[in-house]
Amino acid sequence: MKRFLGFVKKEFNHIFRDYRTMLILFGMPIAQILIFGYVVSNEIKDIRIAIYDKSKDNVTQEITNKLLASDFFILDRNIINDSQIEEAFKSGNIREVIIFEPHFAEKLEREGKAGIQILADASDANTANIVSNYTSAIVKTYMRNELMKGSFPYEIETKIQILYNKEMKGVYMFVPGTMALILMLVSAMMTSISIAREKEMGTMEVLLVSPLRPLHIVLGKVIPYIGLAFVNALVIIALSYFVFGMPIHGSLTFLLIETLLFILMALSLGILISTASNNQMVAMFISMFALMLPTMLLSGFIFPIENMPKVLQWLSAIMPAKYFIIIVKNIMIKGSGIAVVWKETLYLIGLTILFLAISVKKFKVRLE
Amino acid sequence: MKKILYILQKEFIQVFRNKTMLPMIFGVPIIQLVVLVHAATLEMKSIDLYIVDKDLSSLSTKLVNKFEGSPFYTISGRSFSIDQANKEIENNKADVILHIPNGFEHNLIRNNSSEIQLLIDGINGTAANLINAYSISVISDFNKNIIVDLTQMPKMAEMEPISIQTSFWYNPELNYKTYMLPGILVILVTIISLFMTAMNIVREKEMGTIEQINVTPIRKYEFIIGKLVPFMIIALFELAFGLTIGKIFFHIPIVGSVGLLFGFTLVYLLVVLSLGLFISTLASTQQQVMFISFFFMLVFILMSGIFTPTESMPLWAQRVNIINPFYYYMRVIRMILLKGSEFWDISREFFSLLIYGTIMLSLATWRYRKVA
Amino acid sequence: MVNHKNIIEVKNLVKKYGSFVANDNLTFEVKESEIFGFLGANGAGKTTTLKILSGLSYPTFGDVNIAGFDVYREREKVKRNIGYMSQKFSLYEDLTVKENIRFYGGIYGLSGRYIKEKTEDLLKRLKMEDIKDKLINSLPLGWKQKIAFSVAIFHNPKIVFLDEPTGGVDPITRRDFWEMIYEASNTGITVFVTTHYMDEAEYCDRVCIMDQGRIEAINTPSLLKKQYNAKNMDEVFIKIAR
Repeated sequence: MKRFLGFVKKEFNHIFRDYRTMLILFGMPIAQILIFGYVVSNEIKDIRIAIYDKSKDNVTQEITNKLLASDFFILDRNIINDSQIEEAFKSGNIREVIIFEPHFAEKLEREGKAGIQILADASDANTANIVSNYTSAIVKTYMRNELMKGSFPYEIETKIQILYNKEMKGVYMFVPGTMALILMLVSAMMTSISIAREKEMGTMEVLLVSPLRPLHIVLGKVIPYIGLAFVNALVIIALSYFVFGMPIHGSLTFLLIETLLFILMALSLGILISTASNNQMVAMFISMFALMLPTMLLSGFIFPIENMPKVLQWLSAIMPAKYFIIIVKNIMIKGSGIAVVWKETLYLIGLTILFLAISVKKFKVRLE
Repeated sequence: MKKILYILQKEFIQVFRNKTMLPMIFGVPIIQLVVLVHAATLEMKSIDLYIVDKDLSSLSTKLVNKFEGSPFYTISGRSFSIDQANKEIENNKADVILHIPNGFEHNLIRNNSSEIQLLIDGINGTAANLINAYSISVISDFNKNIIVDLTQMPKMAEMEPISIQTSFWYNPELNYKTYMLPGILVILVTIISLFMTAMNIVREKEMGTIEQINVTPIRKYEFIIGKLVPFMIIALFELAFGLTIGKIFFHIPIVGSVGLLFGFTLVYLLVVLSLGLFISTLASTQQQVMFISFFFMLVFILMSGIFTPTESMPLWAQRVNIINPFYYYMRVIRMILLKGSEFWDISREFFSLLIYGTIMLSLATWRYRKVA
Repeated sequence: MVNHKNIIEVKNLVKKYGSFVANDNLTFEVKESEIFGFLGANGAGKTTTLKILSGLSYPTFGDVNIAGFDVYREREKVKRNIGYMSQKFSLYEDLTVKENIRFYGGIYGLSGRYIKEKTEDLLKRLKMEDIKDKLINSLPLGWKQKIAFSVAIFHNPKIVFLDEPTGGVDPITRRDFWEMIYEASNTGITVFVTTHYMDEAEYCDRVCIMDQGRIEAINTPSLLKKQYNAKNMDEVFIKIAR
């Protein structure tokens, strides 16, 4: 036992002495939370557009003013002939061209009809869609207020109520997502690499012939990372609670227990990866490709899972991060307890045991 | 010059000899590309709708039928109790509740207006936004039809004085894959080249072989070129491979010049590989390299505009993007591939990266010491 | 040996790491084609000196002249004339014997034909023709060390620096290794070797004994034994260290 403690202490020193890694280890969750909180949002703002006003009368001017008065758009340029449209799109500076047909106000007056054309750069499909919708909405509002005076008959009014997340804050989504990603990274990636390192440097053999039992070696490598990952989780929770006002409706203790469970799961995954790789680069690439991108894209953290093709939904169904995100969201936002998330919890426990079992088996095979 | 060839030869042998590395470089990223492109979609395909129709009139039934008929909605259940409906949301069985109160039809006909309610699970903000927009458009469509039916007025469209016609250029079907594939390809190419360069050199440090090289009369620049070129070639190959897959399986339009794209990629790789080299001079273990690179990758990817438009970001973030190589490449690869932009259109990005790459390479060369 | 000129000249060499003095005012010469042993306990400062002489590390103070070139100003010329074998392993584990030789020969700027011919010759002498396509990591330590040494002198340097080359190998392989050192010395290569095996000191033409960054004694093994009235070098060393 004493020997074991000494070994754990050595591993701790190893990690903490490396100030660059420590800096990044703690900088990473903070930077990520701040980026999600302030930078990456679905809000549209300051989109550059071009206006091709073939009419140049007071109505088109008014509509233009309405468009530019919103925060959404900035006028990049005025276009005066057709060939400039393509040019403007190709230079990549604008996302939308709004074309007013000639004699706009006049036609409106005489025929009661005039046309606006919206050309959106759909090489970014998502933004194009949002931008054109916003433009139409602004034009329609203008039309109703200024041209139609009053409302339609038989109007159905739809009252929207967003449950749980009234301000549609991104925090609800990215805090659990960031937690999953960072914990996965710190636990699985770091463990797999630190064990692969011992193998690569040939020091694993030295450790294996030492009086330490193999189990102790692995435990000793893993314990410091449990601590680090846990502190990271605390940092993320504190930041989201104090800075972004993410609620914790459920029990904090329960949340921390689930977090610990997820960390353990990730660590066993890391051990499993390390048994499959003989050097650090391999361990890193496996972790990176098997963990980072799938965790980001398949856990429902950025893109909703329901929209994905069935095959990917099945794939996503085995992503542990997905379940952890569900658990965290349920606890923090809905205040649920174990009664609601027992299935997900059970799944994580099951995975942990499975990963450990396979690792132990592989480990034994190698020793024989 | 000949010395460089010997280094290239050695690097290639080492890469191709490692049986576990090969699939990591060429197989896994491509699988990722194929799989993840499908994942990155914001189209809502099946919204679980829970119906609480307390009116049970002919109009309310028509509205429910309209939702049922839409390919985007699946009716997950019905009842007359809002509490019951809320429970369904809480258990993730439903995404949205349509609540039609008693007297809906009556009010509409008698009082000229009526009210219904949509309750949306807001936990996933992105999805909630989309569900909101989809549902509103179904309802307003329904509304227009009713007005036409009840008033015998001409078509709704003709009542609106300004007609708006939207066309989506370069991607008329708003295909997300066309958009995401180049973005994900950029990430994969960068991961491979950045990590391989940085880890390769630090690996030599860890194994002690770098010392053996440092006692030889080889020049710094020979060594650095020898180290950068292999990964540049691998990365270009990766890009070509990914583009071919995109073309064949996803029918990604390649409107612009492929030569221009590869030329630009070369400059981009200069930046990325020099960054890798620079990181390797800062780190003494592969674990550190991985961590440092990972940190910058994550920040840079999220800020690159792959998911959200960069111009909507706060000003400080846009300033940070000046040093974000992803930001330039993400823009340019989409411009060339999808819009057919020419050299003149991307010249600003081209020269920015060229300057950036030169600075990084000099910095890295300066930091790389043969002597301690 | 008497009339040979100096090939290494070190005058007042000082190397400090912060306040720690690793090399304290060293002055010595090594003569052409001599086998010069650099002895001392772990941490005596041997590796530090070796790194300075082979151009891997800058001296804090002092003059160092290698094969007629100054280590400050003519670093690259120095490197052309030396070979180096580090205590840590310097061959690529994932390359074959032949590939390692070709790589190192190549970066010294030797021609492809020369490399090919000399490799065959070398493998024949080492009796390693059968294993030339084996990966380094599949070979026993002693073989790796022989190959590492051959690689270090492959480009015919004037001096070869060996940093504890025989660490961790069995006595028979050590014997073989020293045979190789003698062979190299006979072709005119100066051998500068650090070790903490005192029996190996006996094989050197001259030895220098270091303790705590300082040179305590420098002479031929037989004269040192006489001077300290000792049976073997082990005793000499123990007497000096006390």
